[in-house]
Amino acid sequence: MPKPTLPAMKKKLNIILLLLASGPVFSQQTFPVNGVNDDRERVYAFTHANIFTDYQTLTADATMIIRNGLVESVGKNTTIPAGAVIIDLQGKFIYPSFIDIYSDYGMPKISPEEDQRGPQFLSNKSGAYNWNQAVHPEVQAGELFDVMSEKAKELREIGFGTVASHQQDGIIRGTGTVVLLGDEQSNEMIVKEQAAAYYSFNKGTSTQDYPSSLMGSIALLRQSYYDAQWYKADKGVAETNISLDALNKSMQLPQVFEVSDVFSAMRADKIGDEFNIRYIVKGAGDEYQRIDEVKSTGNAFIIPLNFPLAYDVEDPFDAQQIPLAAMLHWEMAPGNPGTLEKAGVPFAITTASLKSNNDFMKQLRKAIEYGMSTTAALKALTLTPATLMNVQDQVGSLAKGKVANFIICSDSVFKEKSIIYQNWVKGVQYVVNSFDLKDIRGNYNLTVGAISNLSLKVEGSATAPSATVHAANNEKLKASLATSDDLVTISFRYPADSSKDMYRLSGYLAEKNLAGNGQDPQGNWISWNAQFTTAFEVKADSGAKKIPVKPEGNVLYPFVGYGNASLPKQENFLFRNATVWTNESDGILENTDVYISGGKIQKIGKNLPLPQAAATVLDASGKYLTSGIIDEHSHIAAAQGLNEGTQSVSAEVRVSDIISPNDIDIYRQLAGGVTAAHILHGSANSIGGQSQLIKLRWGYSPEAMKFEGWPGFIKFALGENVKQSNWGDLNTKRFPQTRMGVEQTMYDAFIRAKDYKAQWSLYNSIPAKQKAAAIAPRRDLELDALVEILDGKRYITCHSYVQSEINMLMHVADSMGFKVNTFTHILEGYKVADKMKARQVSASSFSDWWGYKYEVYDAIPYNPAILSKVGIVTAVNSDDAEMARRLNQEAAKSIKYGGLSEEEAWKLCTLNPAKMLHVDDRVGSIKAGKDADLVLWNNNPLSVYAKPEMTLVDGICFFSLEKDAQQQQKIKEERNRLINKMIQAKKDGAPTQKPKIVYNLELDCETITDGSGVGKL
Amino acid sequence: MKHLALALTLICYFNHGYSQRIAPAPAQSVPLVITGGTIHIGNGQVIENGAVAFDNGKITYVGAAANAPAAGATIIDAKSKHVYPGLIAANTYLGLSEIEAVRATNDYNEVGDYNPGTRSLTAYNTDSKVIPTLRSNGILLAQVAPQGGIISGTSSIMQLDGWNWEDAAYLADDGVHLNWPSFFRFKFEDLTASVTVNEDYEKQVQQIRSYFQQAQQYNLQATHAERNINFEALKGTFTKSNTIFIHTNYVREIMNAVQFAKDFGMRMVLVGGRDAYQCTALLKENDIPVILGEVHSLPAGDDEKIDLPYRTATMLQQAGILYSLSISGFWQVRNLPFMAGTTVAYGVSKEDALKSITSNTAKILGIDSRTGTLETGKDANIIISTGDLLDMKSSNIERAFIQGRDISLDNAQKQLNETYKQKYNIK
Repeated sequence: MPKPTLPAMKKKLNIILLLLASGPVFSQQTFPVNGVNDDRERVYAFTHANIFTDYQTLTADATMIIRNGLVESVGKNTTIPAGAVIIDLQGKFIYPSFIDIYSDYGMPKISPEEDQRGPQFLSNKSGAYNWNQAVHPEVQAGELFDVMSEKAKELREIGFGTVASHQQDGIIRGTGTVVLLGDEQSNEMIVKEQAAAYYSFNKGTSTQDYPSSLMGSIALLRQSYYDAQWYKADKGVAETNISLDALNKSMQLPQVFEVSDVFSAMRADKIGDEFNIRYIVKGAGDEYQRIDEVKSTGNAFIIPLNFPLAYDVEDPFDAQQIPLAAMLHWEMAPGNPGTLEKAGVPFAITTASLKSNNDFMKQLRKAIEYGMSTTAALKALTLTPATLMNVQDQVGSLAKGKVANFIICSDSVFKEKSIIYQNWVKGVQYVVNSFDLKDIRGNYNLTVGAISNLSLKVEGSATAPSATVHAANNEKLKASLATSDDLVTISFRYPADSSKDMYRLSGYLAEKNLAGNGQDPQGNWISWNAQFTTAFEVKADSGAKKIPVKPEGNVLYPFVGYGNASLPKQENFLFRNATVWTNESDGILENTDVYISGGKIQKIGKNLPLPQAAATVLDASGKYLTSGIIDEHSHIAAAQGLNEGTQSVSAEVRVSDIISPNDIDIYRQLAGGVTAAHILHGSANSIGGQSQLIKLRWGYSPEAMKFEGWPGFIKFALGENVKQSNWGDLNTKRFPQTRMGVEQTMYDAFIRAKDYKAQWSLYNSIPAKQKAAAIAPRRDLELDALVEILDGKRYITCHSYVQSEINMLMHVADSMGFKVNTFTHILEGYKVADKMKARQVSASSFSDWWGYKYEVYDAIPYNPAILSKVGIVTAVNSDDAEMARRLNQEAAKSIKYGGLSEEEAWKLCTLNPAKMLHVDDRVGSIKAGKDADLVLWNNNPLSVYAKPEMTLVDGICFFSLEKDAQQQQKIKEERNRLINKMIQAKKDGAPTQKPKIVYNLELDCETITDGSGVGKL
Repeated sequence: MKHLALALTLICYFNHGYSQRIAPAPAQSVPLVITGGTIHIGNGQVIENGAVAFDNGKITYVGAAANAPAAGATIIDAKSKHVYPGLIAANTYLGLSEIEAVRATNDYNEVGDYNPGTRSLTAYNTDSKVIPTLRSNGILLAQVAPQGGIISGTSSIMQLDGWNWEDAAYLADDGVHLNWPSFFRFKFEDLTASVTVNEDYEKQVQQIRSYFQQAQQYNLQATHAERNINFEALKGTFTKSNTIFIHTNYVREIMNAVQFAKDFGMRMVLVGGRDAYQCTALLKENDIPVILGEVHSLPAGDDEKIDLPYRTATMLQQAGILYSLSISGFWQVRNLPFMAGTTVAYGVSKEDALKSITSNTAKILGIDSRTGTLETGKDANIIISTGDLLDMKSSNIERAFIQGRDISLDNAQKQLNETYKQKYNIK
């Protein structure tokens, strides 16, 4: 494949630039002139043009008059004013130039600071600004903006005339500015100085530790909004905060939110709902994967055209490393704009995320080929972005009074052969390609000095042709070709094997032929000519080889190989003759039927009558039916980090914000009989974040996975992780570094919470009449969560190992008036079982882990059995995505270690976690009226030989061996189809990439994530 | 019960509760006959109502209970119990680490890329509190291997009831461990992990080849102007008197590693071998056994069969590959029998699964003439369980013998259990 001949393009445009650089065209109102005034009215008439006055209105053979950078008139019967320069376009096309509202054009480069050695608790920015370095609403793109000719030119070449630009850094980023893409004074280019406020979940170059996770970013954003509200009410009495002031001011503007995937688009929307903000979401290009939910947000989107390249899949083993989802995304991503259009989601298109701006038109045409209408494309590049930035009165269409921002093309701009000739910005002409662009593509006989048996082949695009020289023996010599109007420069090596000697030729176009002079490898001057023989032929598509345009694959729920093309439905089931482990007083019932309907267990008994309603009757003879396994301590299904360990107290962060349905571990654990999992914050700090109980509803949205009506929990932690014992020598600064300090951290947090609660009580007691004059206390999301604990509305599960710390926290709880619900991991619980029993604290233990750090040196596998026998509600947990699919085995170990009965052992992973999670009224046993979260096993469920044959959640079959076999077959077929399609695409010349797989980390509670790396302790 | 009583005495005597050195057992003094149980030979055969007799540390009889030589022997009644060969754990770092996160207790990862001369043998801590917790789950022998780097060092096989590393050594310096370079590179950024092709892979492989070429030439020379003890440590691998354990998982790496071992004429064992099932013909043709990594692991990719790691053993079994199971670690290794149990749930027969933690392992480690099965003439490395050894629900090791010695099955955890059961007055 010939490389695109960029140098050729560049050369041509440099010459044009030189012509333009002779002096400012605009009269600067406030600027002094060095020399004689050069005021010009710049009146032009474009005649005989096909003009798109807006995205949907085409007027054929029309005339447009522009004056002083504005459109004066446009239409069919326009009178050409005297003095106008007339440009007869002879049927060429005029479009309003494109608008990109997610740009960093004209912004200074952001260079990240060197990473700190050791923690950084506060912002590095000096001055009266926000405490967090990623929150800088005071940054104004309008102040930073400066014209960047090179970049402006690049964008003009692909049809853009206007961008909304901002500094793409941080969480609350500041305001963006709408500017034109001309080369004049920055003062002249700004259309709207403060056009929009920009946000993201990515802290960018901030070197401050907090936040280190997505949920931390979300919490920070929420808190910042509350702080701004408080600051407004407080009128700067308590402090002056330039950032909060700026945030309040920028709230009036359109709010643009950049996200990294479609689930984060929904996360942003949720925050928007909370603060009554309608975000414009800069999406990631995967919106088609959840289009219904995207639509229901009601948000407008800015979407990139960053369609992935095909992968190199020739090697079957390497290909195996690429997940089906990535291959399917390759196939479906170009259809994303079309999908949004069909769903009626308003959207603008951005050049952001493209590897090169040169790809823009190609990708845009691809999106059109994949289903987006040209009208929608034009709207997404003109009216929609203009309207979203409230500049539709100035740009985005061509009518009297609007800015003269337009492009002139040879044809409909979306056609492959269309050439953009000129891009006019505010009435100033920028030539992209000459009107009389010579198409020199074709085949020539080349004579260079004495060598006469060469041939020259010029191909590629008319605007950027490329060349090869062929020797007499048909050997292909790579040549470089540069053109500039009528001039050409060619160089090549001859013969091919000589390492450094080149022929360098310069010449001109003479009719259809080329001729000129040059130097041979020895430096002798020679003459040369190329006689045109045959014209350039566009490679005809061989019909059979043509890749089908329409994706043949389906969107999967969730978007991974094991996802379903549609969500599985609730059914009625009658299990016949099962051995039913009820977990109720009935114990284990042999030869028993269980009927489920409406997602609930309806009847349990022998020889149940066939139900009236249609039901699937399953012969469960020799099989075991149990309630689903509940994992009290899980870290699956979470996006971008579960440890906001950058502060010792991070009660404000919420796992509920980051539930991620695309985690394959959900499916794998269903196959291990798990039906519910308690997704916990990690253990890197004393008071972690709020947790979330989910049901493993594979494919459902994050919201639909949450266990309805569940009271909230929060993760606490004690010991080595909290005091950073194993974090290396750089982490010795955060308080606490000892177990003594952990106690102080706990007391301090709850004392602050009590004071905070008292402030609110006082405020709430003010009579309504005087309340308006009073200022409400600053809402503090961290303390809100702690107050919920004090009020008994939020339960604690606390990571803990050694007896001293367990005892300590119970004392803190006693004296501060709250209760610890669960100690999790709790490997030395057996040493303080009596004290735990006295306070009715639950225990969720590892079965047999020890030896991995000092605080688990006295851990014993008899722990769950001892705790159970003392009378504590005890569970076994996983904290590990693999172990979670064998929690039945982990429970069974308490038979071996400690001699629990089978029934008691089984409750360790079912009823007991249900009890400690306060959901035993819904799940945890087989009882009429409870949720039909059931598992059918082929063997005694506590045996190492047992495996689930079927797992139901709410009476919906999310896993069965039969379904799984079908899924595997489907994955095999789909992979095969896509691999062949990719190979074909590569053969047809599509660029490819080596296998690269991006995946969610397997998290456990010691996984620390921050912007730059991950360390597992 | 004898040992439990002893332990309880110690508890009372020292008033600390635990952490006393559990004494290694004295040499076998009387002939012993285990009789009446189900004898699992370890080679696939099972004898119901059988007997195993042993004397002077060696097995003297295996067969029907009725024909067992009872004269002068102490009888151990194993009626309704199961008798197995002692389990063998390959590729551990038992005795080289006591508390993973406490650096001072770690002796398994030496500095440097090429350390073939670095030996686990002399660092092996017989007094580790971890060792008794493996013994009490039936693991009587373990290969102890250095970790990390490119050539981690030289492993040894230890029996788990010794006063010191000298008398614990079962086979000293059995092989060298080579960590094959990875085809892929892992990168963490923006809270996600990504895997890309390792562009340096070929270069890294070439470096290893170059190292071995020089080592081979060195060992062919009778005298040396300058000695190189690392090269000398590789000598046995070139003469096949020592094994080269190549640790790698991805199928294309395995193919490269096999070719490498073949080129140097080495006896190779593949360790890890996640994808071994995808190149069984190659492994078979070159007679390369596999020490399979953890059965209890997640599939490598989203699209893989979700039970693939549970099933790999079945596929190797069906392909006729000699394989054993392993857990890389130390305290975790006590779960080895249950990994074998999982392979049963996914297609391996119970007796074949037993082989994968006994006789197969012995063959792979080159100690099969001495142990791995209950056969006459072999070391009396024997365990007795009241129930199925492979199922945690029923596994309960009651007695164990290493080279005929009646070893203690006590451990610090059992002692703590007893102490606190007394405190709470529970059973």
